[in-house]
Amino acid sequence: MSVAVRSIGAAIDRVEGREKVTGEAKYAYEHSPPGFVYATALQSTIAKGEVVGVDAEAALAVPGVLGVLWHEDAPRLHEVSDAELEILQSPRVAYRGQIVGAVIAERYEAARQAERLVRIEYSEHPHDVLLRADHPGFYEPEKVNPSYPGRTEEGDFDQAFATAEVTIDRTYETPAEHNNPMEPHASVAVWREDGITVYDSTQGASSVQDIVAKAFGLERERVRVLSAHVGGGFGSKGTPRPHVILAVMASQAVRRPVKLAVTRQQMFDFTGYRTPTIQRVRLGCDRQGRLSATAHAVYEQSSTIREFAEQTATPTRMMYSGENRRTSHHLTRLDVPTPSWMRAPGETPGMYALESAVDELAIAAGIDPVELRLRNEPEVDPETGHRWSSRSLVACLREGAERFGWIPRHGASRGPRNGHWLTGTGVASSVYPARRRPSEARARLEPDGGYVIEIAAADIGTGARTALTQIAADALEVSPGEVRVDLGDSGYPTAPLAGGSMGTASWGSAVVKACRELRATLARGDTPGLPVEAHVDTGAEVQGDEALARYAFGAQFVEVHVNADTGEVHVPRAVGVFAAGRIVNAKTARSQFIGGMTMGIGMALHEESLLDLRFGDYANHDLATYHVPSCADIEELEVAWIDEHDPHVNPIGAKGIGEIGIVGTAAAVANAVHHATGIRFRALPITPARVVGRVSR
Amino acid sequence: MSAPPPVHAEVTLTVNGLRHSLVLDTRTSLLDLLRERLDLTGSKKGCDHGQCGACTILIDGRRANACLALAVAHDGARIETVEGLAGEDGELHALQSAFIEHDAFQCGYCTPGQLCSAVAMLEEIQRGWPSAVTGEDPVAPTRAEIRERMSGNLCRCGAYVNIVEAIADVAEMP
Amino acid sequence: MRPFDYHRAADPRAAVAAVARRPEARFLAGGTNLIDLMRLGVEAPELLVDVSRLGGGRIAETEAGGLLIGASVRNSELAADHRVRDDYPVLAQALLNGASGQLRNLATVAGNLLQRTRCLYFQDVTKPCNKRSPGSGCPAIEGEHANLAIFGHSEHCVATHPSDMAVAMVALDATVHLEGPSGPRTTPLIGFHRLPGDAPDRDTVLHHGELITAVELPPLAAARRSLYRKARERRSFAFALVSVAAALELDRGEVRDARVALGGVAHVPWRATRAEEMLRGGPLTEERAHAAAEAELAHATPLRDNAYKVPLAHRLIVRTLLDVAERP
Repeated sequence: MSVAVRSIGAAIDRVEGREKVTGEAKYAYEHSPPGFVYATALQSTIAKGEVVGVDAEAALAVPGVLGVLWHEDAPRLHEVSDAELEILQSPRVAYRGQIVGAVIAERYEAARQAERLVRIEYSEHPHDVLLRADHPGFYEPEKVNPSYPGRTEEGDFDQAFATAEVTIDRTYETPAEHNNPMEPHASVAVWREDGITVYDSTQGASSVQDIVAKAFGLERERVRVLSAHVGGGFGSKGTPRPHVILAVMASQAVRRPVKLAVTRQQMFDFTGYRTPTIQRVRLGCDRQGRLSATAHAVYEQSSTIREFAEQTATPTRMMYSGENRRTSHHLTRLDVPTPSWMRAPGETPGMYALESAVDELAIAAGIDPVELRLRNEPEVDPETGHRWSSRSLVACLREGAERFGWIPRHGASRGPRNGHWLTGTGVASSVYPARRRPSEARARLEPDGGYVIEIAAADIGTGARTALTQIAADALEVSPGEVRVDLGDSGYPTAPLAGGSMGTASWGSAVVKACRELRATLARGDTPGLPVEAHVDTGAEVQGDEALARYAFGAQFVEVHVNADTGEVHVPRAVGVFAAGRIVNAKTARSQFIGGMTMGIGMALHEESLLDLRFGDYANHDLATYHVPSCADIEELEVAWIDEHDPHVNPIGAKGIGEIGIVGTAAAVANAVHHATGIRFRALPITPARVVGRVSR
Repeated sequence: MSAPPPVHAEVTLTVNGLRHSLVLDTRTSLLDLLRERLDLTGSKKGCDHGQCGACTILIDGRRANACLALAVAHDGARIETVEGLAGEDGELHALQSAFIEHDAFQCGYCTPGQLCSAVAMLEEIQRGWPSAVTGEDPVAPTRAEIRERMSGNLCRCGAYVNIVEAIADVAEMP
Repeated sequence: MRPFDYHRAADPRAAVAAVARRPEARFLAGGTNLIDLMRLGVEAPELLVDVSRLGGGRIAETEAGGLLIGASVRNSELAADHRVRDDYPVLAQALLNGASGQLRNLATVAGNLLQRTRCLYFQDVTKPCNKRSPGSGCPAIEGEHANLAIFGHSEHCVATHPSDMAVAMVALDATVHLEGPSGPRTTPLIGFHRLPGDAPDRDTVLHHGELITAVELPPLAAARRSLYRKARERRSFAFALVSVAAALELDRGEVRDARVALGGVAHVPWRATRAEEMLRGGPLTEERAHAAAEAELAHATPLRDNAYKVPLAHRLIVRTLLDVAERP
């Protein structure tokens, strides 16, 4: 049963807009419980070995310093499911920059001063940090994130590839990239005898609550996590990071509330990053461009701490038709931080490689790259044979080509030259799964006649608060102004994290259900008086979802200008057309799409974490040397969407939109650069250093 | 073993029209003073090294990175922060309204810096200050000018196109 | 950051005296680099002597017809000054291509000249660096050096000077006015910054306690026909990969005077004198611009990962010269 739409789809303003433009919105670190003190993290300066001793004398002599924690005196943790969080429990150092201690002080300045005075002695072992195609440590993980098989095989790829009329066999590389939300990770921890309160910069209050409770051996109910406003995450705040454990430990150690902010530099060490990848893609098709052979082998890294297997080849399994297909993932464990979630993990690097390869194949086959994609539209999910809940890639490509003014081309062609600027255009497809997870939610009618929704969801800038307000308003058949959505508090009904583009679908399903139940209760008229509330759980409903292939799709068209003198690449305009079910809020959704495309342009042209072989860390650990796009880099971005009515994804009919915007952007840029220059860049980012020596004046 | 004790100095500042006299550790940045001592947490710490612009405030009417400004060195200064942009009756500054209208932010963390930067930036254009993209013509608030001049304020959510439109709207650009 | 005393000097001589008597004292002006480095632990002064209010915030015309720019003139003010924009456009452009609007409002002329390198190792106190701690080694030579020097580096240091403004000023033959413990002196900006040699910890020829009080620009016919071009990894708010400051004085189509300086290529703002020599005394043709670029870059000694800067500098020199020549 779907919701009658009244408010859904409207371009209403972000409900917390006023708080954010006036500076009233409080982020985690901005909470200052009475009597609080400061903690800062101490980090290893070796990449592999053991901490053998800590001399804290000088640090402790700094006025106002309350203590120095390290593995010999830190509180013991109980159960920790993510080994990255198991800090200060052993002398082992698994990567450079790992947390090996903390300084706690009355004043921030004192903590920072003392931090440099702690002398840590190590026993250092040789480290191995470089991902390379011939690394001896590669193995095939059984599962890739979140639970896909590592390898798939349909038909006979080798035979099909050997006999295909047109083939390409190319290897693409993407660097490590760091999420870098504008708000650095931070926690304010309040340890009491009867429980813990944490103000945390997180995408999931419920999961932080779970993990902190287990780590410190407490009942879940005794831990409360608050995250009313979160300054972006892009996956890096999806699962708890080690600093939250450190903050709670510090608070436990000094029995006072502790504020701990991760520095921007530290965010390159222990708050997650996207694994670098080496990807070999082989495609074979006939003269008409129909794919017969597809292979995508991905080589990527994890840490020695635990396995994190990015699902990079998964989009290749379902994107295009063709009977013969092989995908595989190969992981090696290096002395590096564990990679983690970053906006559209898997799809982002995977679709850069696949969509670059498709462009190369189109040129080899002499077929327009839009047309080649249209000719490989599968009837059903080629991997599983499941029906599509809805699939509008063709419509996206056609609409995008129209809006962009795409000129079909056949074979190797070059864009026009304008003075010393080489110009080109490129296209790529986008895709992202439309999943949902079980969630709880509560709806309440207050005595004053207002409705309140409570859910432990997060609004990390996605517009969740606003979207859920609209969803609740429609489910209650009231105006959005009569609904208040409270989120960012683990004390509210348990909810999955803001990640995997599942927020609106998962939380929205629960909100709809809670609102309906509330209405039913009110309709029965047998309650003693207000407030009246309904608390629901969508567990059973979600588990009963039919086996269908649920995905959002998109098409991106990009124009580039390449400076023939300097190799600088500019993107004067880009068009993205997406099909993501029902768009809940036309205003905030557009922001999500342009935000994804902007980050995708950054991936294509700027972003690269530079591995330092000697020291084993990412050396360009700040925003002056890790370049994210600036305002000047982003000119015209046009976004449109195809209206889809997909009743199979959830009662709202909405597919997630937080990630699809970045998927395919980098390939579209690289394809456009090829069109402009005749040179194929198979390693990102496409920087002046890479371009200048190869482009002719 | 002894460590040098903190050095304190008295500093007087006017912040959003209110005069404050405080004794501060000389190491205190204007940003930490605002956030940790005056409970004005609207100005954000995104990098603490002048590389992101989230801490942008107005010092004596000019935009500046509060993270790189020592409070003690700005004794006597007139400071304005995002908290001071709206009128006393709560009426939003035109840029604040335009940011909401154009959805010129997502997470909101860079927003106070963007707003302070934009307020001063439009004034710089009015004053005739050039930018790297200014040609021979008199300075005018074109979109290209806004993009260049706002580049000291990073936005990782990628709201730039909306930020530019919000500012263009206030600058009454077609 | 370690605690420090803060002192606001009454005049330049008092400031000099205050710093000169304490080896761990530093002058503070805009603070945009010093505070940054103190927070990183690269600088740890015991005393900051604030020189930002010494009345060095004026730009005056000299009797010779040039400009005397006070040390604490903010970068944004200097870039907006009409005399600078009209008579030394390369300088205004260089300033506007550096940093961000808000940084330019804090940063001063003197501070800009004294910026430290952005070499990744210099800025990370957990790693060795000969510039930061002499004798500890230079990991950049074998490590990350894609944006470091192609000219004038040594086995001890391959850092680059990060300033844009200084590149333009070097092309304009600026003079630095100093106040020191033994009185005032002036020194040409060319030669003010040092090549690293075996003492990369010394960026400039300044002695401890010497204070920049002003920068003087001479009257220069070529300066009116000048341009600054900068190649970088993003379109704004990024340090130069390579930048070019170029100025030409043309006389009936012949180059009478040519000024070319490069940024992002050396431990100093690099005056391309070989290129200049090639340009003088003939028409500014594309061929001759190439020959000039070649004359300079033939002496480049790129490192493993920064050889791209050679063609980049070459092309940027040629393009900038051709564009300068077309200016009215």
